[in-house]
Amino acid sequence: MIPRPFEYHAPRSLPDAIGLLSRLGDEAKLLAGGHSLLPMMKLRFAQPGHLIDLAGIPGLKGIREVGGEIRIGAMTTENELIWSELLQQKCPLLVEGARLISDPQVRYKGTLGGDISHGDPGNDHPALMLALGAAFVLAGPSGERIVPAGEFFLGTYYTALEPTEILTEVRIPTPAPGAGHCYSKLKRKTGDFATAAAAVLLRMDGAAVGSVSIALTNLAPTAFRAQAAEAFLAGKELDDRTIAQAAELVMAACDPVADLRGDIQYKTAMAGVMTERALRAAHARAAR
Amino acid sequence: MSKKTLVSFTLNGKATDVAVEPRELLIHTLRERCQHTGPHIGCETSHCGACTVDIDGMSVKSCTMLTVQAEGSEILTVEGLAQGGELHAIQEAFMQEHGLQCGFCTPGMITRVYRLLQEIPDPSEEEIRYWIAGNLCRCTGYQNIVKAVQHAAKKLRGEAVQSSHALMAGVAN
Repeated sequence: MIPRPFEYHAPRSLPDAIGLLSRLGDEAKLLAGGHSLLPMMKLRFAQPGHLIDLAGIPGLKGIREVGGEIRIGAMTTENELIWSELLQQKCPLLVEGARLISDPQVRYKGTLGGDISHGDPGNDHPALMLALGAAFVLAGPSGERIVPAGEFFLGTYYTALEPTEILTEVRIPTPAPGAGHCYSKLKRKTGDFATAAAAVLLRMDGAAVGSVSIALTNLAPTAFRAQAAEAFLAGKELDDRTIAQAAELVMAACDPVADLRGDIQYKTAMAGVMTERALRAAHARAAR
Repeated sequence: MSKKTLVSFTLNGKATDVAVEPRELLIHTLRERCQHTGPHIGCETSHCGACTVDIDGMSVKSCTMLTVQAEGSEILTVEGLAQGGELHAIQEAFMQEHGLQCGFCTPGMITRVYRLLQEIPDPSEEEIRYWIAGNLCRCTGYQNIVKAVQHAAKKLRGEAVQSSHALMAGVAN
């Protein structure tokens, strides 16, 4: 319950925050919503010497559409995602996913950027971002760079973020009108991390799959795209047989760890079930 | 020990200053420095919601927030709900509908419902259960809490409402 002592910094601008990060080095951690970091500090799994609070930095919040892209500030909270009319209309996969994250109080504080930067395979946004083909804006001492979600998640709690960088914005290509979507999440109870979950974004081309992305949560050291299953489904009709085959390909790509949520065999089987459900639901929602 | 920081916020309408270490959790400040001991501590993993308070229009688990993060905030705890000795409609409803037994989760539950009913004035049972899922209760089985929320919602919407419990029916409300 009681964290180790640390020093607290509340910079008022992004350059100030990056400057602090550069100066304080490994001793410092960025504080966003605080609903992963503070719990780890209360259990003394994390013991940073300095916290750099991003809450006072203007410009890190908000949801807008620019051209064919939805841009979301990293400090935008989960409830703000859920309540966004823009996302409800144009990116319902993200809203459906956010509704399954944690609980109301946590969603008032926890941020999109924090969920992504944490790099926990149990978090839901990494797979949602992979399925949506998102890219992340990372700001550092020498400026900004943009990293696709597919190159960002490198290992458990390990991402492409450099120690002096801050994730400032998430950019999602606006899904094509008529795209079907589903985030199917198996969990023991509200607020729990997934035993297994599958995110699907699907565009039909007549009776055949035009394009499909499938990403999995908590079934490997990081969230991942099930590329073999995606390639298999492209151009095919979705029926019981092709959906079952896609689920087999997803299961073959899984590498979960055994824990209180179940053993490897169970989690892998549930990856298949979640994939089947998500594909069916996305199919039912897609325009033909 | 690291250096203390002066933090100023409004607590139930009253300007409040505290000097705290950065690592001090808001729940500890509220309970130990401000003597607002309604918000409780039921876990150390941010699950139970017994510490829920309302901060700048949000329901927040005050065990997962540093007091230094509350600089400039408006904080409402269960102690700030009754006005002039008169219970808030939600407090009255928890009593009328037997929405509490030991009372340990109640301050967090009521504070959460306070925000919920401003966001969704006429929630369905499903919405109530979904939007109070951050608050655990060991005693009630939630059933009467749902009734209390429905009761309070009606009263706040200005509709006539009576306790659904036979023994309470007819008690002035």
